[in-house]
Amino acid sequence: MMKEYDIVVIGGGPAGLAAAIAAKESGTDSVLILERDKELGGILNQCIHNGFGLHTFKEELTGPEYADRFIRKAMELQIEYRLSTMVMDISPQKKVTAMNREEGLFEIQAKAVILAMGCRERPRGALNIPGYRPAGIYSAGTAQRLVNMEGFLPGREVVILGSGDIGLIMARRMTLEGAKVKVVAELMPYSGGLKRNIVQCLDDYGIPLKLSHTVVDIKGKERVEGVTLAQVDEKSRPIPGTEEFYACDTLLLSVGLIPENELSGGMGVEMNPVTSGPRVNESLETSLEGVFACGNVLHVHDLVDFVSQEAAAAGKNASAYVKGLIAGQKKETDDGSDEISIIAAQGVRYTVPCSIRPAHMEDALTVRFRVGNVYKNCYTSVYFGEERVLHRKRPVMAPGEMESVVLTKKLLEQYAQAKTITFKIEDEQ
Amino acid sequence: MQEYDVIIIGGGVSGSACARELSRYQTRVCVLEKQEDVCCGTSKANSGIVHAGFDAAPGSLMAKLNVRGNEKMEQLSKELDFPFQKNGSLVICRDREDMPKLEKLYEQGIANGVKELRILTKEEVLALEPNVTDDVYAALYAPTGGIVCPFSLNIALAENACANGVEFRFDTEVSGIERQEEGFVLHTAKGDFSAKYVVNAAGVYADHFHNMVSESKLHITARRGDYCLLDKSAGAHVAKTIFALPGKFGKGILVSPTVHGNLILGPTAIDIVDKEGTNTTREGLDQVLEKAGMNVKNLPMRQVITSFAGLRAHEDGHEFVIGEVKDAPGFIDCAGIESPGLTSCPAIGEMVAGILREKMGLVEKEDFHATRKGILDPKTLSMEERNALIRENPAYGNIICRCEMITEGEIVDAIRRPLGAKSLDGIKRRTRAGMGRCQAGFCSPRTMEILSRELGIGMEAVTKSGGGSQIIKGINKDALPEDETGERA
Repeated sequence: MMKEYDIVVIGGGPAGLAAAIAAKESGTDSVLILERDKELGGILNQCIHNGFGLHTFKEELTGPEYADRFIRKAMELQIEYRLSTMVMDISPQKKVTAMNREEGLFEIQAKAVILAMGCRERPRGALNIPGYRPAGIYSAGTAQRLVNMEGFLPGREVVILGSGDIGLIMARRMTLEGAKVKVVAELMPYSGGLKRNIVQCLDDYGIPLKLSHTVVDIKGKERVEGVTLAQVDEKSRPIPGTEEFYACDTLLLSVGLIPENELSGGMGVEMNPVTSGPRVNESLETSLEGVFACGNVLHVHDLVDFVSQEAAAAGKNASAYVKGLIAGQKKETDDGSDEISIIAAQGVRYTVPCSIRPAHMEDALTVRFRVGNVYKNCYTSVYFGEERVLHRKRPVMAPGEMESVVLTKKLLEQYAQAKTITFKIEDEQ
Repeated sequence: MQEYDVIIIGGGVSGSACARELSRYQTRVCVLEKQEDVCCGTSKANSGIVHAGFDAAPGSLMAKLNVRGNEKMEQLSKELDFPFQKNGSLVICRDREDMPKLEKLYEQGIANGVKELRILTKEEVLALEPNVTDDVYAALYAPTGGIVCPFSLNIALAENACANGVEFRFDTEVSGIERQEEGFVLHTAKGDFSAKYVVNAAGVYADHFHNMVSESKLHITARRGDYCLLDKSAGAHVAKTIFALPGKFGKGILVSPTVHGNLILGPTAIDIVDKEGTNTTREGLDQVLEKAGMNVKNLPMRQVITSFAGLRAHEDGHEFVIGEVKDAPGFIDCAGIESPGLTSCPAIGEMVAGILREKMGLVEKEDFHATRKGILDPKTLSMEERNALIRENPAYGNIICRCEMITEGEIVDAIRRPLGAKSLDGIKRRTRAGMGRCQAGFCSPRTMEILSRELGIGMEAVTKSGGGSQIIKGINKDALPEDETGERA
């Protein structure tokens, strides 16, 4: 007999936990979390630095503490979960095939699926960094796991490429554990990480950040012996003559995160090439009915608080969807007639969601987006059709910090004739 | 002194093929390998192509062994259980003026005995491979071209040789060879070895060993090839191996699916001095990306997951040098094995074993086992079979490598089998754990734990590829000064 659940949540990290909790609290009892690791909490378990939960709990928690709040809540609500369980496949009909040591390969039929698989780090190969391939080259997250969860020091003299948040955090972490972090190099003319992390993790420890620099060679046949950095031009090409050699035994890479959407792709979920995550509507529902996505699998976040918020919305919406199925309700917008597209234009790289069905939206909807460059004293503008409706000044916007705008249902009713909503970054006027 | 009848220098694909063929006979054979594992040099970093056999000059040994190796590969893949696929190959001609060159390849192929060769028109090519450039004028189609997993091939040969009694000594670099009245003494840091016969299958170093015993000098150049490997999501971009016609752009870059469903682009051809110079360079990688796009359109370059370089053992005469060295009786060269060396290895092994059988009067073993089972791939099983396997051994229910979906059961098998894996790279080449799109980001700490447990070594002793390639340098705070209470800051 195939097991059946109303909602199956793929992933027990911050997104999956918040989604499952919200679904249960919305009145759906039959919820199952499938987690591939041996404990709930996801990547938070290795993020032992503080700074989590300022928005949600108004206090600074470590990653494991933040996760613990959600895990306890899930336990209180008696949400079912399976650990060390790998989801192998999800069919478009929401049949989930999973595997673990105890139960072997098994199938579960879900009424709704919430995708919450998180993301992975971009490897060296994705950058095509030339040189040898010795031991001592790790993605920052792998090093973080070794140091924070296993107690091992992956290296003693470290160069970090990429100023993403994990790279910055690891610069401090490795320093505290007795390693010498010589430099952090960043390809772009700005950091991809949060400002507070640059101050607290680099500046406070005297670790130099070299913007517009990259690794052009890796030396060492068995173990890294050093790397060569060079400055890059505006097209990110190394400038000859600017090479500088750094002796080190370790190169950490913090060069971007990629949503882990192999399962989503296998199901046939429509993807947004900009985010590498699914395209979703206001309910965080993907192109497949009853399949929702939230957290880093949808788009890479900077702050876990926003992951939790987003995931709670996905959980609530999934619950509403399941209840609708049970009540035999027909979806109001099956003909797609009143779906409004959100267009990312002029400095805005993407928005989540990509579309809104006004009939399904709540009183207020948070639209999250990222900008493609650093903007100072610019405006976030939102156009309904041709008309500019919102125009909000922002002192600084950077690709490393997610932005958001709240759209109200009232506003959408006011501009009911608009077929598109366009997000732009604009100067004064 | 450790005495054998035959010593093979090198556990690459040539040495392992020789070992496997020799293991058919009643003779004591030992392979000396300087690295910690087989398949650590040229054999691990190449295109993985089973060439049809139209490239080499008719009458050459290269031509003969290529075609013979190609013919033997399918049967061998069944005997030794390694992935092989006859996917066919196309040589793309983009310029009408180059047609004589394409026709010459065709004629060479016919002369070499390549079967089913055909020249296709533009329309035929594009119907077969829609992603070939629209500039294609014609192409040489070789249905007998194939692809193979170079690691599995090498490892399968070595494991089968081992099962049939061949000894393998790792981390055993030959530092010198002395000729005796009868046979040779080979010096290593692990003691001296003696044998009446030596097979020199030392890849880019084959000239080095040859020149120790012969006055007739051999010269081998390390010719570097840079490659890019794309994610499986790009693996179906072409179905056949797409070669460029050597022409005004020099020897081209191939684009091919791999047996595991990735897409491989490469190689460059850059002659270097350092025989360990397997570093990729910016220029090399740029060349790969640029030239690959000449024959195949819309290549999804954003899907590159790794790049690497391998060295071909290019002999000055661009010919395989296989046979007894004239002024060093008993010393058998197996040198200059560059492309199509991988394809030819089944025939190379056969030829070398044939030479020694003649010279030594070797007699076949009665208990030779021609077959070997590879590491079980649970993905090939039905759900019922897989569940039965997991009930019997729960490790097969535990996924370690998420990208390639490799279980703990497969990794443990890779470690425990004869000539088992001793490092992360050893596991990677045997199981593909760590070879996927995240490039071992997630699985390496867990694979390290399994290696540590299975080998009974500490985590700090686990290496990427043997030698001094330890993954971790110490434990947290071990370098920080202790305060008066004995606590570290």
